[in-house]
Amino acid sequence: MNKTQLDRRSFLRVTSLAGGGVALGLLSLSEADAQGPGAAKGGPGGAPAAPPVAPMNFIEIAADGSVTIVAKNPDVGQGIRTMLPMLIADEMDADWSKVTVKMVDFDGTKYQPQQFAGGSLGTPQNWLPMRQVGAAARAMIVTAAAQTWNVPEAQITTANGRVMHAASNKSAHYGEIAAKMATLPVPATASLKLKDPAQFTIIGKSQIAKELPQIVTGKPIFGIDKTMPGMLYAVYEKGPVFWAKVASHNLDEIKKMPGVKHAFVVDRPDFQPNIINGDPGLEPGIAIVADYWFQANAARKALKVTWNEGKFSGPAHSSTVYATNAAAMVKEEPHDVTRNDGDVTKSFADLKANGGKVVVGNYSYPLISHAPLEPQNCTAHFHDGKLELWSNSQIPGSGVTLAAAACELQPAQVTLHMLRGGGGFGRRLTNDYCAEAGYIAKQIGVPVKLLWTREDDMSHDYYRPGGWQFITGGVDKTGKLVAWQNKFATFGQKNDPNANQGKGKGPAARVTTVTAANMGGTEWPQPFVENFAIHTYVQPLAVRTGSLRAPSSNVFGFVIQSFIDELAHAAGKDPVQFRLDILANPKAAPQLAGGFGGGGFNAERATAVVKKVAEMSNWGKTKLPKGRALGVAFHFSHQGYLAEVADVTVNNKKVKVNKVWVAGDVGSTIINPSAAENMVQGAIIDGMGAMMGQEITLVNGRVQQKNFDTHPLLRLVNAPPAIEIAWVKSNNAPTGLGEPSMPPILPAIANAIYSATGDRVRDLPFKKSGYSWA
Amino acid sequence: MPYTLTVNGQSKTVDVPADTPLLWVLRDVLDMKGTKFGCGIAQCGACTVHINGSATRSCITPISTAANKAVTTVEGLSADGTHPVQRAWVQTDVPQCGYCQAGQMMSAAALLAKTPKPTDAQIDSAMNGNLCRCGTYLRIRKAIHLAATLTTNPNSGAGNAAL
Repeated sequence: MNKTQLDRRSFLRVTSLAGGGVALGLLSLSEADAQGPGAAKGGPGGAPAAPPVAPMNFIEIAADGSVTIVAKNPDVGQGIRTMLPMLIADEMDADWSKVTVKMVDFDGTKYQPQQFAGGSLGTPQNWLPMRQVGAAARAMIVTAAAQTWNVPEAQITTANGRVMHAASNKSAHYGEIAAKMATLPVPATASLKLKDPAQFTIIGKSQIAKELPQIVTGKPIFGIDKTMPGMLYAVYEKGPVFWAKVASHNLDEIKKMPGVKHAFVVDRPDFQPNIINGDPGLEPGIAIVADYWFQANAARKALKVTWNEGKFSGPAHSSTVYATNAAAMVKEEPHDVTRNDGDVTKSFADLKANGGKVVVGNYSYPLISHAPLEPQNCTAHFHDGKLELWSNSQIPGSGVTLAAAACELQPAQVTLHMLRGGGGFGRRLTNDYCAEAGYIAKQIGVPVKLLWTREDDMSHDYYRPGGWQFITGGVDKTGKLVAWQNKFATFGQKNDPNANQGKGKGPAARVTTVTAANMGGTEWPQPFVENFAIHTYVQPLAVRTGSLRAPSSNVFGFVIQSFIDELAHAAGKDPVQFRLDILANPKAAPQLAGGFGGGGFNAERATAVVKKVAEMSNWGKTKLPKGRALGVAFHFSHQGYLAEVADVTVNNKKVKVNKVWVAGDVGSTIINPSAAENMVQGAIIDGMGAMMGQEITLVNGRVQQKNFDTHPLLRLVNAPPAIEIAWVKSNNAPTGLGEPSMPPILPAIANAIYSATGDRVRDLPFKKSGYSWA
Repeated sequence: MPYTLTVNGQSKTVDVPADTPLLWVLRDVLDMKGTKFGCGIAQCGACTVHINGSATRSCITPISTAANKAVTTVEGLSADGTHPVQRAWVQTDVPQCGYCQAGQMMSAAALLAKTPKPTDAQIDSAMNGNLCRCGTYLRIRKAIHLAATLTTNPNSGAGNAAL
């Protein structure tokens, strides 16, 4: 790079490359803001202007015409490292088969929207800005060619990495005009013309993941594969309960074991809060560092440690006790009145007096573990007063912050190199492994790879929170849903003056729920039921919780769509029609925004996917043998609308899923159809695994399940032979798919089991009710 | 003590304790990262390699057991991705995260070596020890059927990444 031009009307940078190439970069949002009106005097409100940052590159066009596109976001299997470059490549008319995708380091000042994999946000956050990057490149290509050939820009066309002027029969590949591009100003954002979707040549067509050749040949591209000269390997032993501190140890013996280079206690201050929220950072423990990982792990097995256990220990922190507490506390005054529309008490009384039906369903769901197949790991090197990390974090910015805190460094002293993740599912939205690796690296001063065992991963997760929902619903004599009361028992702290939830009605009306354990109060069918109440109750929990694929929705979908089915049967209505009838009758009161599952619900989009899945599955028109039935469910979350029907055979509680149909509306465009189909099929299989077998239980604060033998994933033999998917393409910008496709499958199967057998399964996992796969 | 084994056709000698799992010999001593660690107790199959042609979980196989035997890893299917299973995996666009796929492909290759035209039931049986956390099972089934056709006709579809 030898020259940088910054156009003050644009969000792009242009930089010439050695050898006649050109690079285009996207400015950070703060930098773009700084270029806006008044930028010279500082940002809005008189804040200081963003400091200048070094140029970064989104597109590099080499003189030979090869195009390299940056994929800035972490990829844990969601395909974003192919999808984001597709957006750029299409708008610039690159030859996709010759595009190379480049991974970059985390840099919160260079790369916007943020480098992050979560909340199904990759698509909605990047759909427009990445296409604008590509469109700007194309505009510069056109200008460069027009100036080179001395012809009008309007007569220039582009396709497949080439720029053409038909009238003079001139044509060049992009590399041939790259040097000229580097001399041009970047076009203003407002002047950019994006393609009409009908013109897309890459977007909307199935594109194989760019990493596939590396994956199938076993190339070292995952976090766990990182090596460096002189690198040592570490294990980190933590206590049997959260934040246990080392009381005694035999490290003198451990240090003599083969290959062991370091073994030391990591002491930490006592953990003060009454509940565990967010990412609490480096926990106390013992680090063992050796030449090879198997040596460190062998030494670890010889550890003799006693622990001082704090408040997250003892018989009160057992799953059976939590369940007993939940059933008892929902009889108390609400810890929080989360929602209260109309008058549910009066409505239930009226229904009983006037020929309506009142239905009660008590649902429960356990803690479960994310268990991405690549165990947590991080490679770290502390040198020259700075910390370097190599990590597959889903939110690398938080990894930097957490590691900096553990190492008593400033975030600016920490660099994070992003590597591919072997699955994420939300586990890598927390970064304890970065803190541990960073701390160990700072102690020993040489490169080190921390690698957890599967047992570490499963017993030190940020679990999907469990909970209980005691629901009463009422339909009037015409079958209309008129009342819904949910007594929601979850984990957290009551009477919290700093509560994250609550309306402040008295001292008991404020609660703080642990991470991902709250109910927003806006989940469907709230906007459609006149009398609707949610009372929240909380108790402390001894382990960390976090977001797992479709947080909240992964259980709310099961509970709500199962209970809706109960109400449909009570009303004597067809389950599809009952849902459509509710969707056709929104109540007058405006819904509140909020949560991944509530705000912005659109009844027309939900109706369309329910109708579509009914049509695909021939709902209500197929005569099935005894013990076999269809079940339906839909759910809205993460801006996506998914309806699913499961064809299920049940024989003596042995379940076989014969087929699943999926209808989805995630906007106008399915950017990469092959990846989208793969992801939805995977979501069905993921959901089935959680539904049947997954449960984390605690005894005295200790996690009982340590590996896949006791916390099973679905296996191939139990996967449905077919999962058929149809897209309802609505006139909305594309949104994410990884999360909203998962929740409906659990209730769809539960509802099919009910229709096939008359047995209503209300507790996850189904194995607790005697079910297993056929 | 020193153990000698053949890895992807090359003789290798390693000096590690007898109970060292083959997985860690491959990954950390021989620096061959294609074989993956997932569970350590033969539950997930990510570590699957061939020992004398049989699909084997390397995480529970001590080096003493693998000594003097022929070990094949994903790197040994082919370095350039031309093995029928690798080609089928690409053409079917099987992986999501890709972490389990080396083990999946090794199980599939062992199946196809013994059963060139497997039925669905034979595929389900042979592949049931390999977990995929992303849930790519439908495409794994499809890719194995495709690989079976590529085995008998090595020219069909080579380098063709059509979906």
